[in-house]
Amino acid sequence: MQPFRILPAIMSHEGLSMKPAVLTGEHFMTGDVACAEGALAAGCLFFGGYPITPATEIAEHMAARLPDVCGTFVQMEDEIAAMASILGASCAGIKSMTATSGPGFSLMMENIGLGICTETPCVVVNVQRAGPSTGLPTLGAQGDMMQARWGSHGHYEIIALAPASPQEMFHLTIEAFNLSETYRTPVIVLADEVTGHLSERVIIPEATAIRLRNRPRPKGRKDRFKPFQPGPNGVAPMAIAGEGYGIHVTGLTHDERGYPVMNAETQIEMMERLTQKIQHNLDDILRTETYRMEDAQIVIVSYGISARSSLAAVDEARSMGLPVGLLRLITVWPFPERQIQMLAQRVRGFVTVEINLGQIHLEVQRCAGGKVPAYLVGHPGGAVIQPEQIVETLKAAF
Amino acid sequence: MEKTKQRAEHPLDAILRTDRIPHIWCPGCGIGTAFSACMTAIQRSGIDLQKTVLVSGIGCSGRGAGYTRLDSYHTTHGRAIPFATGMKLANPELNVVIFSGDGDLFAIGGNHFIHAARRNLDLTVVCVNNLIYGMTGGQAAATTPCLAKTTTTPRGNPDPPFNLPLLAFAAGASYVARWTILHTRDLGKSIEEALNRRGFSFIEVLAPCPTGYGRRNKQHPMDTLKMYQERSVIKHGVHPMEAVLDFGSSITLGIFIDQERPTFSENYDKTCRPQAA
Repeated sequence: MQPFRILPAIMSHEGLSMKPAVLTGEHFMTGDVACAEGALAAGCLFFGGYPITPATEIAEHMAARLPDVCGTFVQMEDEIAAMASILGASCAGIKSMTATSGPGFSLMMENIGLGICTETPCVVVNVQRAGPSTGLPTLGAQGDMMQARWGSHGHYEIIALAPASPQEMFHLTIEAFNLSETYRTPVIVLADEVTGHLSERVIIPEATAIRLRNRPRPKGRKDRFKPFQPGPNGVAPMAIAGEGYGIHVTGLTHDERGYPVMNAETQIEMMERLTQKIQHNLDDILRTETYRMEDAQIVIVSYGISARSSLAAVDEARSMGLPVGLLRLITVWPFPERQIQMLAQRVRGFVTVEINLGQIHLEVQRCAGGKVPAYLVGHPGGAVIQPEQIVETLKAAF
Repeated sequence: MEKTKQRAEHPLDAILRTDRIPHIWCPGCGIGTAFSACMTAIQRSGIDLQKTVLVSGIGCSGRGAGYTRLDSYHTTHGRAIPFATGMKLANPELNVVIFSGDGDLFAIGGNHFIHAARRNLDLTVVCVNNLIYGMTGGQAAATTPCLAKTTTTPRGNPDPPFNLPLLAFAAGASYVARWTILHTRDLGKSIEEALNRRGFSFIEVLAPCPTGYGRRNKQHPMDTLKMYQERSVIKHGVHPMEAVLDFGSSITLGIFIDQERPTFSENYDKTCRPQAA
């Protein structure tokens, strides 16, 4: 088997209609389906899943579509297994993904840590619903932001992207694969129930217009290969099971050979490698979008579905003569702290809008560093935030 | 000792990560014997070593993955089987062997084991059963005999243990065997057979843990081996219900199940993607 095969679409087989991996054209689809199509367009060939509202549709769509591209869908026995299976598939050389919501995301945490420690690329989609516990399974929230950041034990860097529309669920799923492959790390798509279940127009480009990135690959003598020796951008080339490199991969603290070494020095070296490969490539990883920011005095910081409420609030506040702008976070983790710190030099304050009781708000507050006030428009989950609520806070902030 | 010949090489040098030896296993531990039987079997089986992967979970037996030159993956506690599942389905050309312990595979990982057996995934699972959690210092496992003393059952274990071959059979494993580390030839042959057949194969290897188990149950390593020798009865083909494991009277060994049936991949190709078949 050639690693990273992107199989040509098989158009027909004894009456079966096989669709290509990239469904170029204009569609009307939900965010969940768009996410699955994004994964296929990115070359994902393995999905290990477990049903959970409101992410089930991603698994269902992958179950229907993966055989079209000679990929494999497997419904595992739980989310722990789902997460483990996508790591195994990635180590065997193909792009892999799973999708879940809060309770399943909690179960995946330990193996997300394994993925980070063993530098195994894969994509984990969390279509957030309201928690804690079983919470509101069918209603949206953005309460897993800090869980995505710190949910697995130990210190680490993580990449998480927050789509705000079905179109973005398509594009950011591809981006998530690209970043996971480039930096050899699990990447999280932090969607929400509303975006996942929202049906909108989704434009899927020509396959040739989709830029795909693949993990760095080893060159040179196999017997001298060190599986965790970083390349120029801080990322180690990845050998795949069955290629003859004879690698050892472990979740224990390991050196560049991949051998477990139980001491503080090796821990420091490994942690530097794992964190710096993200921290030193922020220009490539961080994505934000701004709206009416030129002369903004108060900046709304928001993401996902809440950024769309915020967009309406900006227009309404502007119509009342209030100079307000929006900073929409597309990359939520790593947090774009430099950008907020720079803004804190020139604006009068920040308003964070999110469907939780203040998670990204804490980050904004931290980056504002006491120079300007940071307000929160939060909601514990179960409903989207109304633009009027945001406008009220904006008025009070001026 | 004067008569001992020093040899420059070991027959398993080609397959062992010799620069990582000495290993961590205690004197008298059975894992090393089970591991070398497994390595010998892999070497003898004729399968492509470059396409062979060893996956382990966590625990003393789970350290096996670290001592082979094969591509090897030391995963999280209990999750070797679902990790291996992804690996095998991503590249069906790989021979995927899981080498792990009873605590890892049957307590924390029990759910994964039964589902992998049900799906008849083409995996070979070698389980070293030492009746205890060794790495953490001798706590009761899902395989610890009734009344046995462990650090978490200081007054004796109130729970009955799993009979692993029976569990594997009931869940759908298509090859089920049990051996002890005294029966290395039979064990090796079993592993070779498993490697050269399709479907989910399960081999239990009974092994002493003198540090974690023997010490608290007044069993010296030699006593355990003597017990294996005196009480073992080989009964190939008996129903796993009759594969008794009673250390006081009879230890049933043998190949209990060897029945091929379609694997997960065969069923998936047939049902979902006939163009790939």
